[in-house]
Amino acid sequence: MSTVDLPAPPRRALSARSLLDAVTSAYVPLLVAVLVVLFPLLWMTLSSFKPLTEIITQTPALLPQAPTTENYATVAERLPFARVFANSVLVTAVGAAIKVALAVFTAYGLVFVRFPLKNWIFAALLVTLMVPPQVALLPNYTLITALGGADTYWGIILPGLGTAFGTFLLRQHFRTLPPSLLEAAELDGAGHWRRLTRVVLPVSAPTVATVALITIVYEWNDYLWPLVIISQPDMMTLPVGLTLLANVDNRAAAYGQLMAGSVAVIVPVLIVFVALQRHIIAGLTQGAVKD
Amino acid sequence: MFLALVLPNAALIVAFAYRPVIENIRYSLLNWTLGSPNATFVGLGNYVTFFTSSSSAEILWTTLVFTVVTVGGSMVLGLLIALALNRRVPGTGVARAAVFSPYVLSGVGVGLVWLFVFDPSIGVLGAVLRAVGASTPDFFNDPTLSLVMICVVYVWKNMGYAAVIYLAGLQSIPRDLLEASALDGASASRTFFKVVLPLLSPVTFFLIVTSALNSLQAFDLIRIMTPLGRGTTTLIYEAYLQAFGASNRAGYSAAVSTILFALLVVFTLVQLRWMERRVHYA
Repeated sequence: MSTVDLPAPPRRALSARSLLDAVTSAYVPLLVAVLVVLFPLLWMTLSSFKPLTEIITQTPALLPQAPTTENYATVAERLPFARVFANSVLVTAVGAAIKVALAVFTAYGLVFVRFPLKNWIFAALLVTLMVPPQVALLPNYTLITALGGADTYWGIILPGLGTAFGTFLLRQHFRTLPPSLLEAAELDGAGHWRRLTRVVLPVSAPTVATVALITIVYEWNDYLWPLVIISQPDMMTLPVGLTLLANVDNRAAAYGQLMAGSVAVIVPVLIVFVALQRHIIAGLTQGAVKD
Repeated sequence: MFLALVLPNAALIVAFAYRPVIENIRYSLLNWTLGSPNATFVGLGNYVTFFTSSSSAEILWTTLVFTVVTVGGSMVLGLLIALALNRRVPGTGVARAAVFSPYVLSGVGVGLVWLFVFDPSIGVLGAVLRAVGASTPDFFNDPTLSLVMICVVYVWKNMGYAAVIYLAGLQSIPRDLLEASALDGASASRTFFKVVLPLLSPVTFFLIVTSALNSLQAFDLIRIMTPLGRGTTTLIYEAYLQAFGASNRAGYSAAVSTILFALLVVFTLVQLRWMERRVHYA
């Protein structure tokens, strides 16, 4: 058949109908969704700067009329706030660093080192994804308290260190690396340590960063385990400290402080998320999206 | 070399994931108060107590309602958002990130923020409702409304995850399929129900299973928003309250979490079977 002249597809931007269509089917619902998601976060931030009289009112205004930082000061009086914040940073940093290192080592071993029954070992690691932390709660609580780990940093960090999720993501990635890359290094006489640090890690930086980010966010938000193993305010992480803060007789009067505390636990993650959302979303949805 | 690389992680997993599962089953056969050195063996007594007490029926019902409502709510809203995001007009990248963001935020922080919004006397929701002439429902003291409140916040926090997964599913549907359907004269809604939705069914199935697993493990919001658990005590919260609440019934708590664990295993096996099928035949 000879060539047929097809009419050029209409350019979307110029068509009034498609513009209207885009507004009603995309922008209106998305605007509603984004407002519903962002409003509580905006409300939290603005309310944390409101004085008590603007918190306890039947007719709240969006913006603080007489902005103040007194809520933050009160939080710092009721909690060793700097200490609690530092605890969260420390537990997150140490916990995440060890977890990511363990995941890298395990994934490297599973992919690049010869060993019998590797797939079975990997399967045995994966099975633990199915063990929810709640089911392990009582036995781990009994063990850690018996070892003297209640109200200690190591007591918070240790039980969560074994990692299947990071191992899984890294193993999937390592398997996509061309074998020739490592063979060349092996011929050069590089041992496993050099192969890992000079060859595998440099080309895997984005995946390692993704695993690290997700681990950091997870550790920062972790609640159930620190809640049961910590009882002294000096050792609390932010979520546990906030629980103490919320435990008051007259909560209405405490909302300003609670919003200030929520800002402290939410805003750092939000900042990281805004900067690196592509990697975080991709990592968290990997198992589902990738096929 | 292999052992040096893998053993530390494997040992931690054995010590803090495998061992506790076995240990938890052992605890569940004991009458044991947390912190007490004495425990008596009661066989399946704790399980009998659970399945014969009337409060357990309520807990199972709450668990079912919470799971069904939150899974259904997140998925329906997630799909609607995904359909809008799939229009690929400028700005959808920002909207996608914004809608996803609550998923990564601390449940405790989020719960406190929403408590302030829902507060019957000074919450902003009440102020809005009064402005349109409605009364303020007592979300804090009415058990049913407390459950509604928890469900709303949970869906708010998790719908972005479903949206992103559905969006990926939508983007994998070939354009010509949709165009062919449109050329055949099918209306947009017909195309959606007869072409798009069936093609999304693997994604839908994946989301049902993973979301149900997550909902069954939801703890942070319930603990911070309704510490007493009136109307909001699901299986996992019951396990927590029994061991770490006033009564410290560790043996009974272990039985409840073993029941929860059995439920989670069933869901996971269903998911694994399905993933295996997909890898082989898809």
